Amino acid sequence: LGALRWHFLLQSLEDLQKNLCQLGSCLLVIQGEYERVLRDHIQKWNITQVTLDAEMEPFYKEMEANIRRLGEELGFEVLSLVGHSLYDTKRILDLNGGTPPLTYKRFLHILSLLGDPEVPVRNLTAEDFQRCRPPDPGLAECYRVPLPVDLEIPLESLSPWRGGETEGLQRLEQHLTDQGWVTSFTKPRTIPNSLLPSTTGLSPYFSTGCLSVRTFFYRLSNIYAQAKHHSLPPVSLQGQLLWREFFYTVASATPNFTKMAGNPICLQINWYEDAERLHKWKTAQTGFPWIDAIMTQLRQEGWIHHLARHAVACFLTRGDLWISWEEGMKVFEELLLDADYSINAGNWMWLSASAFFHQYTRIFCPVRFGKRTDPEGQYIRKYLPVLKNFPSKYIYEPWTASE
Amino acid sequence: MKRARQKVVVENEAPQTSQKSKKQRTCLYGSLFGESDLHASVDWGSLPHHVILRVFQFLPLVDRARASSVCRRWNEVFHIPDLWRRFEFELSQPATSYLKSTHPDLIQQIIKRHADHLQYVSFKVDSSTESAEAACDILSQLVNCSIKTLGLISTAKPSFMNVSKAHFASALTVVFVNSKSLSSIKVDDTPLDDPSLKVLVANNSDTLKLLKMSSCPHVSPAGILCVADQCHGLKELALNYYILSDELLLALSSEKHVDLEHLRIDVVSENPGQVEFHTIKKQSWDALVKHSPKVNIVMYFFLYEEEFDAFFREETPVTHLYFGRAVSKAMLGRIGMNCPRLIELVVCANGLQPLDDELIQIAERCKNLTAMGLGECEVTCRGFIEFVKMCGGRLTQLSIMEEVLIPDNDYNLDRLHLEVSKHLGRMWFPDMMPTW
Repeated sequence: LGALRWHFLLQSLEDLQKNLCQLGSCLLVIQGEYERVLRDHIQKWNITQVTLDAEMEPFYKEMEANIRRLGEELGFEVLSLVGHSLYDTKRILDLNGGTPPLTYKRFLHILSLLGDPEVPVRNLTAEDFQRCRPPDPGLAECYRVPLPVDLEIPLESLSPWRGGETEGLQRLEQHLTDQGWVTSFTKPRTIPNSLLPSTTGLSPYFSTGCLSVRTFFYRLSNIYAQAKHHSLPPVSLQGQLLWREFFYTVASATPNFTKMAGNPICLQINWYEDAERLHKWKTAQTGFPWIDAIMTQLRQEGWIHHLARHAVACFLTRGDLWISWEEGMKVFEELLLDADYSINAGNWMWLSASAFFHQYTRIFCPVRFGKRTDPEGQYIRKYLPVLKNFPSKYIYEPWTASE
Repeated sequence: MKRARQKVVVENEAPQTSQKSKKQRTCLYGSLFGESDLHASVDWGSLPHHVILRVFQFLPLVDRARASSVCRRWNEVFHIPDLWRRFEFELSQPATSYLKSTHPDLIQQIIKRHADHLQYVSFKVDSSTESAEAACDILSQLVNCSIKTLGLISTAKPSFMNVSKAHFASALTVVFVNSKSLSSIKVDDTPLDDPSLKVLVANNSDTLKLLKMSSCPHVSPAGILCVADQCHGLKELALNYYILSDELLLALSSEKHVDLEHLRIDVVSENPGQVEFHTIKKQSWDALVKHSPKVNIVMYFFLYEEEFDAFFREETPVTHLYFGRAVSKAMLGRIGMNCPRLIELVVCANGLQPLDDELIQIAERCKNLTAMGLGECEVTCRGFIEFVKMCGGRLTQLSIMEEVLIPDNDYNLDRLHLEVSKHLGRMWFPDMMPTW
């Protein structure tokens, strides 16, 4: 994990701690290997129940199985519930004959058979905690949320994104009003501003669990319901959630999902090994301002717009450098605030044309695609200050400018 | 940038076929030796050669190789020529390649014992020069062969281009001279040259049916003309636009020449505005189509928007068009006017102006159009629906990226997909890229 991701996580935990305190409870953060921690604390604190999100990634599925075994051995109950995704992915697999849908359309069809996801549970109140023992003040200090200095990362995060449910909920409200859906339903055609750090972006909050996807789903559904007199907005407005679900489903049922070798859905491609070029891509030194600006924003802020992700992913793999998508995936995992096992690997495979094929493959040109999106090059000027005063005509391809 | 080819490696077929083979062996054994012997100890080594051969034909090479060490008879069968007609040499450098390579010992065995048996040979090389050179070395040793098909495939960078011309030419010459019955040759992205083509023609003019030589920069128009003049059985040809000439088309249309089935032309520019393109006379195209009325003429364009001016100013009988980079609106307009034989059109990218008019004209005038792909351009929903309505069910392949479509007052994307499905007579959706 990169420093920005750690900061986001710590901020999220701080926020959770604060919110729990307001309800009369508290958050205890125990550091260590999970089995060791459970063995040490089960008897000490008389723990009778361990709860966790139903898991889909191999590492966490194994963790859940181990915890259940421990539960039998040490005498505690294990409760796991579907919370991280809209649906129980096992049900999606069952409806598709035991295998994951590999096209989005097929996936949507299966979802239509399942009906709407379960409604989100109601919010917690102080009443819910009244039957609980008040927290021991000594414990709270001992098991506080770690500070940046404890993890040996820089003290401040320079990213405009702050972790936590509070922040997430604020953004949710703003997202729903700012989209202007209540007034009009047209999709913006050119989107230079969307490339800038979004004040309404939600993806890191979903991936860290600060926001509930089901809450968002139902808020969106309400808006559609209210707007009956307008023509319905495209499904893609809810697309962020559904694509996420799509990748979770495929990943949960595909061995070696994050690798090319041994991955049944992934084309085995003879990628180049080129450490130097990979490094240049990673450190924003490719010489293509569009690509370099995106990689700079990624490193500085931890979030880039999805079209920007398409551009750099295509550039690294099938578009230009022909370097393996696994390398790109690792870089995103380090730097992207919303990096996620299933979504990261799935998208990298998609963009590198390793899986999930279209009829005709799409390649994003590192010059033209950026020009289309932001003709004046404002995004480039912001993240590559060295090009701040460069004429728009040449800013995407500075090598074409005269001396 | 030219797209590289990819191949899916099919793995794990062995377990199923082995089981099938085992079942076959047991059944055959039962009928050959009588029921009572079924429970006696089995002498697998006594199975007749032709039986083992049949079984081996189902096994992948790796399993066959293992089986060949079991006993002498199985080893003999392993080396029966029938099993060595077809071979694909995979050459990669382990230090830099993700994929496996054919074992050097096996390569040696093949050269020593089976060079004569090889008929359908291909070489898959990775992006390193060493692999391409190794391929040439192997070719140079296939002296007593009678190869029918030869393929040189670069799976990544065109590594054959780094081999010295002399080395490459001499390797090819060995095959061209000795085979005398070559019918299919795929040598895209290689340093193939005119003298090598002359040697090819001198030895194989009666049998040559397919020649793919896109991106072979050392070949000249005269070089390929020599092939067309002499190889009258040539049915499939792939080359770059700069070596296409009026004379070539006329040679392919001469009386002695068979019907041409497939002509692929790559139109490439390396730098914007630097390359001027010669034009082909309408009469030359007409002659070709008159001679070969069913010919597929496939053109791949990798040009910048300003470089299209020379093309399709007159009627051109192209059937499949792919614009790999961008294509100008004006060019798409001319396609509507001048490409009546068009069957498939794929546009990778265009500008920010909607292409409604151009598409509607294509629907009107390209009555043979059955496949269309649109990416990174702009079309209004209403324009697109109009286009689909005019084409109707003949569009068996319709692929458009969702963000190409501009919703307007009449249609948004949900309504659009229902309308389009109605006109096509099947369920249809635009293509979507994931919202990352």
